[in-house]
Amino acid sequence: MRTGKDRLLAGLMLAPSLALLAVFVYGFIGQTLYVSFTDWGQGAALALNPEIHFVGLDNYRQLFSGILDVRFRQDLVNMLFFTLFFVALCLGLGLLLATLLDRPLRGEGFFRTVLLLPMSLSFVVTGTIWRWLLQPRGGVNVLPALVGLPRLDFLWTTTRDQVFRFNWQDVPGALLLGVGLVLVLLGVRAWRRREARKAGLLGVPGLVLVLWAALGGAAGWSLVPIKELHGFNLALVGIVMAATWQMSGYTMALYLAGLRGIPVELREAAEVDGATPLQVYRYVQLPLLQPITLSAVIILGHIALKIFDLIFAMTGPDNAVTSVPAILMYLTTFRGNQFAKGASIATLLLLLVSMLIIPYIVSSLRKAPER
Amino acid sequence: MAVLVVALAAPAAVWAQGRLSGELEIFSWWAGDEGPALEALIDRYEQLYPGVKVINATVTGGSGVNAKAVLKTRMLGGDPPDTFQVHAGQELIGTWVLANRMEDLGFLYDQEGWQKVLPQQLIDLLSTDKGIWSVPVNIHRSNVLWYIPDNLKKWGVSVPKTWDEFLQIAAKLQAQGVVPLSLGENWTANHLWENVAIAVLGPQKWQALWDGRLAWTSPEVLKAWETFGKVLQYTNRDAASLSWQQATDMVVHGEAAFNVMGDWAAGYMSTTLGLEAGKGFGWAASPGTSGIFVMLSDSFGLPVGSPNREATLAWLEMLGSREAQDIFNPLKGSISPRLDSDLSKYNTYGRSAAQDWRNSTIVGSLAHGVVANERFMNDFATVMEIFLSTRDPQAAANAAQAVAAQAGIGVR
Repeated sequence: MRTGKDRLLAGLMLAPSLALLAVFVYGFIGQTLYVSFTDWGQGAALALNPEIHFVGLDNYRQLFSGILDVRFRQDLVNMLFFTLFFVALCLGLGLLLATLLDRPLRGEGFFRTVLLLPMSLSFVVTGTIWRWLLQPRGGVNVLPALVGLPRLDFLWTTTRDQVFRFNWQDVPGALLLGVGLVLVLLGVRAWRRREARKAGLLGVPGLVLVLWAALGGAAGWSLVPIKELHGFNLALVGIVMAATWQMSGYTMALYLAGLRGIPVELREAAEVDGATPLQVYRYVQLPLLQPITLSAVIILGHIALKIFDLIFAMTGPDNAVTSVPAILMYLTTFRGNQFAKGASIATLLLLLVSMLIIPYIVSSLRKAPER
Repeated sequence: MAVLVVALAAPAAVWAQGRLSGELEIFSWWAGDEGPALEALIDRYEQLYPGVKVINATVTGGSGVNAKAVLKTRMLGGDPPDTFQVHAGQELIGTWVLANRMEDLGFLYDQEGWQKVLPQQLIDLLSTDKGIWSVPVNIHRSNVLWYIPDNLKKWGVSVPKTWDEFLQIAAKLQAQGVVPLSLGENWTANHLWENVAIAVLGPQKWQALWDGRLAWTSPEVLKAWETFGKVLQYTNRDAASLSWQQATDMVVHGEAAFNVMGDWAAGYMSTTLGLEAGKGFGWAASPGTSGIFVMLSDSFGLPVGSPNREATLAWLEMLGSREAQDIFNPLKGSISPRLDSDLSKYNTYGRSAAQDWRNSTIVGSLAHGVVANERFMNDFATVMEIFLSTRDPQAAANAAQAVAAQAGIGVR
């Protein structure tokens, strides 16, 4: 009887939040999704009752293959490269700093505070500071001059130089090849476990895909009519630096807590067995930090995927070389009045972020009942 | 006292009987340097209509990037301000008029006789066949070439009259280690493009481009992109990271010879930098555009559903008056669109601009919202990026043609 009453009370307490969540999160996600399948009034997008036609996936098709949406594709590439470098650098730097701070060190508190401080700033402030630092005629470019060396003339956030260039036409082929390879690998793994049926189901289609892609079958699948090169804009280096400066203190704190959480007995046991400090680090401490790396990747990854304010503050809305889909979404929607296309970009961003978050939530929910 | 002021100041208006009350919310992006000019207008309004409580709803951010987003959420959410600042012309027409969100102000023009004091070419740019949509408060000129006379003498060059002449001078300047033309971020590149294009096309074909009578892929427009590409070779490499003020600074500091910018640069140089107009800095129509006045204008309109319509009409009526315009424009650093404005209230540059306003062919600016709607302008930034990356006139022209088709340019 008591539990029944408790449950009722709990339900009542949760109901308002659930209702609000349903409307303001899931309802609006649904609304955005719906808008992305329409043409929303075309020219008269701001009319009181805009003419709305259902156009299916047309907005998405344009984003990936329309001639005018070349900027979206470069922004997407920018975002993926930015995420990759930002997450890798934050993890590397954070781990390095945490390892250094973990040793007995005078003034540890001081260093910890200094390294964590950038995180207390908002991205807008960070962006403004780094915008000054990365001015081509000032900031870091004149640093070498202080010691008598020639000034740098790198155009930090505005250079049009690109590395890792690839042709957008090759993307579908490469994706299919990738999927094929993964399927083949999974098939081989199943074969080794002597699950012949599963191996066949995965391996054979995989092999077909790989062969098809390798023999040039995907060449007819070009997304755009002409060759379209995209790559990593070197202008993003400055953005990655600023973002890493802000967030590496956070990974440091995570790793430091992780290192401190490892029982001393483990290290002592390893030392008794004759492990060198390097071996203790490599075989005892690092593996135990894995869950921390995972959560850091999730947190940093979703920050990177939806980054907006840092770049807006650092380079403004129209500097396309450092632009990302979130900025393009803002411009498309609120400056260009193309609500439907803006909604499509928003939906794609949501998809990307959920590809990162949902597996994490699922895995942590699975673990929960074991407790 | 208040009654006396009202009676003296606004004899014509029916609503100006001192009985007007309620609120008036004025939505704009005039903060910072432009704040005092707006404040002066509001002061004047409060003197005229002491019963009305004015709410100055300013959203900061250059050329209204943030303000426009806020305005859109408010309008779509059914909470329009009483009146809002908007660049006159297609930025208003292609966005709000097309959406049936604005009231026709033709009756106000008739009642106040503005058709007689405003140039017809201006009224054409503010109108569609269904009405006149806003009251222009000021006029800025966007086709101005700025320089420092002493520096030009030192470098042994004169002010170029055409872009061909500029290209010759530019080589000479470059040999002396001077940047021939300073440039700033993306929108200033659009601004420069428009100056080059108007010079190449001339006023009639420029207008034809916006009516759909001239295709973006026509040889004339290709020529404009080609010339623009040549001019770009003589600009600074770090353009994209500079604001327009920093680009102007390059000229002032003697690092660059020329800069093409709107005439707010005159305010910046004379007020902020303390240079004397005519001596400390000089100006001319940008190459190939003498006799042409490329204009942009800030204006206010009357949204459908404005909560305090009467008070707003009184505001609009005051805005169009010669007196209010001569209060506002000297402070803002712009000129009055009215042909009867009191030139003694303006500075040296302002008087020169007002003379040109009266004697030139008037055309609208693309970069500042007069001739194209917001969708085209937004996508044109991408066209510009395509050109800046590829330097391919044909690619840019094709993209611009596609953008124009999608944005409904030429199908008015």
